[in-house]
Amino acid sequence: MNPRPWRALQGAIGIFTACGFLFLIGPLFVIVPLSFNAEPYFTFRMEMLVLEPDAFSMRWYQTLLEDEEWHRALFNSFFIGICATIIATTLGTLAAVALNQPRFPGRRTVMALLISPMVTPIVIVGVSVFFFYSTPWIGLSQTYLGLILSHAMLGAPFVVITVTATLAGFNQTLMHAAASLGANAWTRFRRIQLPLISPGVITGALFAFATSFDEVVVVLFMGGLEQRTLPRQMWSGIREEINPTILAVATLLIIFAVLVLFTVEWLRSRTARQLQPN
Amino acid sequence: MVRLNASWLALPLIGFVVVTLVVPIFSLAKLSVYDATVADALPKTTAALRSWTGPELPDANTYAVVAAELIELQENRELGRVASRVNRIASGMRSTISKTPRRFRRSEEERADLALIAIDEKWGKPQIWYAFKQATQAFSSRNFLQAIDMRIAPDGSIERAPEYQRVYVSLFLRTLLVAVAVTLLCLIIGYPMAYAMANSSPLWTRFLLVLVLIPFWTSLLVRTTSWIVLLQQQGVINDILVFVGLIPDDERLTLVHNMTGTLIAMTQVLLPFMILPLYSVMATIPRNLSLAASSLGANPFQSFIRVYLPNSLPGVAAGGLLVFILSIGYYITPALVGGSQGQLISNLIAYHLQSSLNWGLAAALSVLLLLGVFVLYVIYDRLIGIDRMKLG
Repeated sequence: MNPRPWRALQGAIGIFTACGFLFLIGPLFVIVPLSFNAEPYFTFRMEMLVLEPDAFSMRWYQTLLEDEEWHRALFNSFFIGICATIIATTLGTLAAVALNQPRFPGRRTVMALLISPMVTPIVIVGVSVFFFYSTPWIGLSQTYLGLILSHAMLGAPFVVITVTATLAGFNQTLMHAAASLGANAWTRFRRIQLPLISPGVITGALFAFATSFDEVVVVLFMGGLEQRTLPRQMWSGIREEINPTILAVATLLIIFAVLVLFTVEWLRSRTARQLQPN
Repeated sequence: MVRLNASWLALPLIGFVVVTLVVPIFSLAKLSVYDATVADALPKTTAALRSWTGPELPDANTYAVVAAELIELQENRELGRVASRVNRIASGMRSTISKTPRRFRRSEEERADLALIAIDEKWGKPQIWYAFKQATQAFSSRNFLQAIDMRIAPDGSIERAPEYQRVYVSLFLRTLLVAVAVTLLCLIIGYPMAYAMANSSPLWTRFLLVLVLIPFWTSLLVRTTSWIVLLQQQGVINDILVFVGLIPDDERLTLVHNMTGTLIAMTQVLLPFMILPLYSVMATIPRNLSLAASSLGANPFQSFIRVYLPNSLPGVAAGGLLVFILSIGYYITPALVGGSQGQLISNLIAYHLQSSLNWGLAAALSVLLLLGVFVLYVIYDRLIGIDRMKLG
């Protein structure tokens, strides 16, 4: 059935595919060991390859721990990220619940509008909010509030998408049952719908947080010195003088990403189990 | 039956997106056609020039009004702003305007027109007055014209910009070309990867999915940094190539801060957006379909082309469009690894915002880019449906 040429082709495709995965994930794994480089180089030295203990050090992490600017950046990132996530998650969940109504007027158009921040080129978002928030009667440029609002707007589409996806498996008769038992709308939402869709809500919140946590362009255009976030700090690090402290930050962010990923996957498997019809 | 209508719950987010994104974008669009800096600063000049149509020079009275208002501007320290605005339309006018008030006050010439022409002969040229009149018009299409390498000629007709100023059309083309290239690269690299994910044992599928999702969740800046580290001249890739002996030590390849760097990094960054939609479509293609094809006598190639590929096309469309939309507006990666020749339209918008301060032009370029993305977004919605967009 499987003549030799086909097998050779299959092998070639297999190798190509493996290279694809290496291309995707390899660069991240290169950064991690380099962040322990004892010398300020961005490549592996012979001493590192033969695993000489002297070639490795924690000095870049040490620098990071002692640097006031990075502390401030970390605080700003979490502060802006958490505030933006709360806004995005609240508004996004409500909107997704509404969009799940069977007779929602103009669903397609509204959905397109709500998702649009995700596909609008980030520079255009940055330029627009910069000008808009700089107008004297608004005056939100270079403020935390301005950044929080922008980041919430960028994160909300993710909440809408994940919660809508969870709601697709939600059994509406539960709501009717609760209503017939006398529960009002708020009680129905809080006691029945919210617990069942909570994995989707949390996943959306994580997406929204990650969006804000990784956002640099709006901060670049609109943020002041005081509002420098982690990515903003990295940005100047990369542009001006790339030093291995950046690699230490990068390694920490990779670990953070892996943690978020496993949380999301765990939530997803939970939703799948919960919503499975018996 | 109890009526459970909660449609109004969408209103807060609709309002929020309108206020924080739609309104700002519309005010940006306004900025691209409306700039009243000069008209507001020189109201009498603006009024005087409104009735002037050339081709002969304006009357002496207009000259006097201009001189008086420029002097007033200098006293209010607003001359520089106006001078640079006029300079954008007629280059070289900055110095003319800057020196005029000071010298006019010292001038002993009775007639304002002769005095101004004596200060700078440019005041005696009708085309300079045409440009000056253009600058006083608040509504203007000049930013859009400049964004497509055109300009308003002194006589009011529209002509192509001089050769050395033609940058934007080729920049739009370059952006388009990069987006096409990145989309194709992602498709070629991502298709077999998604296929492998969809056709492995459950355990392998989970493992490969994690491999795709780790970069997906990792900060964009981290991933771009990793490419700088890998691709620089003293970086890992060049070191390996030298070590293996493929290239001599003094001829290390320039892989970063140019177009190569932009293409490599953008492809890797956007690859998950191709793989995930592809995978979610491929996972629904029954595996025994290919078996059926081969049992009917198709060789593996035929069975792929005639059975598997058509079934996976919705995934190709979804992934391809998404990657294309995202790459057309890409900023961060080209800005960090693109050097001067790897810059895209977004980078130039940022440049005009931050460095050249030509905000009208930045706005016009933004509007054009946004229109392109909007068309693609509508196509995506019609073809795939935005509500079917999935994450991770």
